[in-house]
This record gives sequence, structure tokens and C-alpha cells, in this order.
Amino acid sequence: MSIELKNLYDDFRDAKTIKAYAKQIAIDAKKLGRPIGIMEVCGGHTHTIMKYGLPQLMPANVHFIHGPGCPVCIMPKERVDHAYTLAMQPDVILVTLGDMIRVPGSHGSLQDARAKGADVRFVYSPIDVLKIARENPDKKVIFFAIGFETTTPMTAALLESVIKNDIKNVLFYINHVTVPEVMTTLMIDGENRPVENKIDAFLGPSHVSVIAGSQIYEPFASVYKRPVVVSGFEPVDVMQSIHMILKQLIEGRSEVEVQYARAVEKGGNKKAQELTNKYFEKAPLFSWRGLGKVPKSSWQLKDEFSAYDAQKIYDSILSKEECQDHKLCRCGDILKGLATPPDCTIFGTLCKPSNPVGSCMVSSEGACSAYYKYGNIK
Amino acid sequence: MKIKNISLAHGNGGSESKELVEGLFYSVFSNKILNKSEDAALIENGKLAFTTDSFTVNPLSFAGGDIGKLAICGTCNDLAVMGAKPKYLSIAFMIEEGFSFDELKSIIKSMHDELEKNDAIIVCGDTKVVPKGNVDKLFINTTGIGEIYYSGISASNLKEGMSILISRDIGAHGAVVFAAREGMELSTELKSDCASLYPQVKSIVDGGVNIVAMRDATRGGIAAVLNEWANASGITIEIDESKISISQEVQGICELLGFEATALANEGTFVLAVPSEDAQKALAILRQTHESSAIIGSVNSTYKGKVVLKSSWGTQRFLDLPTGELLPRIC
Repeated sequence: MSIELKNLYDDFRDAKTIKAYAKQIAIDAKKLGRPIGIMEVCGGHTHTIMKYGLPQLMPANVHFIHGPGCPVCIMPKERVDHAYTLAMQPDVILVTLGDMIRVPGSHGSLQDARAKGADVRFVYSPIDVLKIARENPDKKVIFFAIGFETTTPMTAALLESVIKNDIKNVLFYINHVTVPEVMTTLMIDGENRPVENKIDAFLGPSHVSVIAGSQIYEPFASVYKRPVVVSGFEPVDVMQSIHMILKQLIEGRSEVEVQYARAVEKGGNKKAQELTNKYFEKAPLFSWRGLGKVPKSSWQLKDEFSAYDAQKIYDSILSKEECQDHKLCRCGDILKGLATPPDCTIFGTLCKPSNPVGSCMVSSEGACSAYYKYGNIK
Repeated sequence: MKIKNISLAHGNGGSESKELVEGLFYSVFSNKILNKSEDAALIENGKLAFTTDSFTVNPLSFAGGDIGKLAICGTCNDLAVMGAKPKYLSIAFMIEEGFSFDELKSIIKSMHDELEKNDAIIVCGDTKVVPKGNVDKLFINTTGIGEIYYSGISASNLKEGMSILISRDIGAHGAVVFAAREGMELSTELKSDCASLYPQVKSIVDGGVNIVAMRDATRGGIAAVLNEWANASGITIEIDESKISISQEVQGICELLGFEATALANEGTFVLAVPSEDAQKALAILRQTHESSAIIGSVNSTYKGKVVLKSSWGTQRFLDLPTGELLPRIC
């Protein structure tokens, strides 16, 4: 007997189940009586929540706070500029993932670079870089690597293949970041003082947790007393997770629970973690768009792999200046959960998906893009 | 917005295409016929329909068709959905040096077969061969003239209470071509929906259905068609998401690649707006060709110019015009 593809998602989009959870959540919320803010850390969840209209199913005192977990949204402008500079070098093919090609930098986006003659390509899987490198032996293929814990092992696997197959023309520009460190900045500042926020609980990322394990959220439950429920990406997953969060709040618990048990284990995927640790080490600082510099929140290639590190090889042509965002853009506040897209004066007017000003409008996982695309129909 | 360079997104059939076409072409060439912006232009006091289309699909052949079949279907369908009988076509080839003669012959054979289904003929043409690298294998342009036998079809005539139908399950062409381009090995029976629509449209007209609007949902998918209608008629189109039929294979490709089937291209699927009293009659005729055809929604005036998608659990959202670079060179 074969499993049909629809079996993999049908049950998780079942109208009856969603309605039943909505009823239960309304009862839970009434018991709590006070306003409850739940931050979905991951952009994939933001997308699910907006696409399936879940805010419309929430009682008046339960609301979603959109978090910083969109790898495209948090990429600072200077790094987009670096990618642009690399793409414009003669004999370079710049390869990246999906939406990254649309993020505007100071000189334009990678899409603009391509229209000016640069060879910029996007792939679904980093391993496709090997094919591009083999087909273009006289070109340098630079992989502009982005993403959280989920995509980091894929980049490591690509590097492993490059080394094993002795491929000479693949380089890496690494922008891999990690979730717990940036979540911590929403709780405490650099001097360990609590940060004001409206976050009562976290909806934990799905895919990040498959790799890193639910263990990475322990401090948020034990130290910061915020319930964390690691949730799947489908609407039933999110509704069930909200119910689990409210239950913890009612019972006065703050624990890490896993709703997405079909894929997530406490320790995560050890093999993937080993692969990451083999090639990468934590970088001292990463400058997050809108969130500022966060220590030890990103990866860099270990020194012994410097020969593959485009950031080191092209260091002399990469600008060291930090860029300011458009002064009306509120991506920073949105990524910190302090504002929602409609709070931004340029949302939907100056800033649209066809002409994005801020990065949250570019990525399909960005909060602004999700609000614009699906409309915030109440 | 000021466009600096043409990007692939300007060819996506969504909001960027609109920006280019309206901002440059319409503003320079503006005239009464062009400005109507229908699938085919009505000329000679509405007696004839006239349209053109270029085909650059990569790969040249795919499950369910090839560039030749596509080049005939594309132009004939644009005529058919305006209530015209496709009659005379021109054809122009841009061929890359070194292209296989046998492959060309097989493409011509597909064109011939598809012309027969439309009872249309090629009456003039042009051939250019360019040095290697100047085009990708083969580009084809076709232009067609059809005779109007049902008049009054327009994107701007939708009124409150009317019904919206779709002729079959959506997204097959876009999904097939994208899967082929990405080198995805699919162990499925999925085929492009590429087909000539004239016979089906004719049977709706012959069945006495009053057709208000009709459009084949090519680039930009049904999302683009519905948005265009909502915009042109100043009304809201409300769609019941669960009524739209999406094959498992198409849904699977969407899940894998993060697309929405409503934005995927079709090459033999059309959207139809009729007065509500004609909806069942139209559906019965559509079902003779495709069991998956359905009444998917209706027209109201809650959010003018917008398309609203309703979920089966009671939430709603806007279905926007597709943006960005979705599927370059699908047709």
C-alpha cells in the first residue's frame, strides 16, 4: 500500500478539527481573562497564520506577535550589498536561495544586478551548486548561504562534497544565524536587564527544532518563565499548539512542549549538528536587521576552510560601512514584536511586494508580505 | 515606480507585468481598441477578433504537449474565449543555428494536429535562423484572426449575484513545466492541461448559456484572471476555496516548491462568469468534458476590486495578484 501525498497534509487542514480547537481556545481564553501575546518565532508560522486566517479564529484577548525568524528579513543591508558586489565581479556566478534575490540593498537587489548582466541564480537545494560549478569550470561559483539551523547543515554538506570531489571553483559567503540567541535579545538586553515586551509565550519553530531539537528553548521556559510549544506548520498544528500554550498558562506552568512530535525530538538531528560543527564555528557578532548586533548568533567557516570563504577572499572589495534602513521603515520594530505591519506608515503605500522598501515585505515569510498578500481581514 | 531594467518578474503575468504593459505600452500606443485589454482585440466593428502570442517555453516538449501545440492553443484559445471561431493564423519561427530538423518536424506535426481541432489554417509566416546562443533553441510567434459568433464577452460586465465557474482542475501546465525545469523526477501521470478550448466554448454557447466574462487562465493563473475581473468591473469576487479542484500531483508540487495552485499557469483551463440562473446549465455542459469543473464562487460588493478566498473553517483572506518571479518561460 502506498501513502498518498494528500494523506500527509489533509488531516492537518481539516475544517472540523480547526473549528473544534477554536471553540476550546475560546473557553481557555475566557478562563485566563487577560490579554495573551503569543510570539510565533518563525516566519513560516507567520505565513501559515495569515494564509489560513487564524487571527480571525482567536478570541479578542489572544493575539499573535510576529517574530524575527525569517532569514531573508533579518539580513542587514550591508550583507545584501556584499552579495551585490560579489555578483558584479567578472567570472562570478552568485547562487542563493529563493527570495534573497529580491531584497533591496543600497545599489539595488540581486535581481537588479542580474538585469545589469550579473550571473545570479537561485536554487532550491544547495547541492545544485555542484552542478552549476561543474558546468562552468572557468567561473567562480559563490554560494550566498542564508538561513537558520535548518539550512546550515545543507551548506555544510555542500562544502563536504566540494572538498571530497576536489571542486576548485565553489566559494561560500556565509550568513547562517541561530534562533535561541536572538530570542534571548527579546527577553534581556546586553546588560542582562529585562526588556519590555508583550510576549507571554512562544510558538517554537518547526524545522529549526527538527535539526537543533526542542532542548534549545529550555531557558525560555525555566529562566524567563515563558511556555514554549514547538509547533508544526499546518493550521491544525498551530491551533493545537495555541491550546497547549493556553493550558500551560491556566495551570501556571512554563515548560517546553512539542506539538510537532511527528518530526521533532528533544536532542534534534545529531548527524546534522555534527556536520555543522565540523565546518562551522560561532562568529563573535552578527548584525541583525532591525535587532542590532547579537553576540554568538551566527556561524562562520572555521579557519582551516578559509580557502572556501568568499568573505575572506574578497575582503578588500566588500564595504565595511553599515547601512541605515529607510527612516520610515519599521521592519526593526516588527521583527522585535513591538509593531504590526499596519502600524507602519509606508506599509501598502510606498512599500509593496512589487517594490519592497523593507525586508519584511520581500520574503514570502515576512510579516509585511503576509499581511499585504492575504489581507488582514477581520 | 520607475523601472530601470526589465527583470524576469516583468514577464510573470502578475503585478510587475501590469506595470510594464500599462506604464509603457498602453501609454504610448493608447487607442480605444487596445485599451479594452481583452484576451483578443475586437476589430471591424466587433465582427473579428485579433490576437498574438509568442512562445518561449523551456523545455520545448513536456508531458501533455510541446511548444508547437502550445503555440496553436495559446492563440486560438485567446480568440475562443472572446466568442470567436479561430480562422486564420500567421506563424513566425526564430530558430537557433544547429537545431534538430527532426525535432522541428515533430513540432510542426503537433501544430498541424491542433489546427485541425480548431478548424483553422496557417495563411502566412516567417522564418529567421540566428547564430548559436542568440535564442534558446526555438521561439515561435503566432497571430490569429477569428470570427465573432457570440458578442458581448468582457471583463468589465460582472455584477453582484453572478456565478463564477472553472472549467477543470487548475495549475497542471505550470506544475508540469516547473517540475521538468527543476529536473524533478515525478512518478506521476500529471500532464499539462494544454488543449484547444474552442470546441468546449462552442458547446456552452450552443447550450444557450449567457456568458458574461470568459478567460483562459494562462500566466498568473486563476488568481490573475479573477483579480483582473474584480478590478475591471469594480466588484468583489468571493471564492469558496474548497470548491476549486486541484489534482493531488499539482498540490504536491505546490507543497514542495511553495507555490499556490491559483497562481500557476494553465493552457487549457478557463474561468467563466454567468448570471446565477445559468450556472447549473453551464456546469452540466463543462462536466461533459471535465468532471473536475465547478461553480467556485460568486460576485458581491464587500471589498470592491478584490478577490476574497473563503476557507472551509470560516476564515477569509484576499487572493492577490501574483507578484515576483514565479515561473519564467512557461509559455
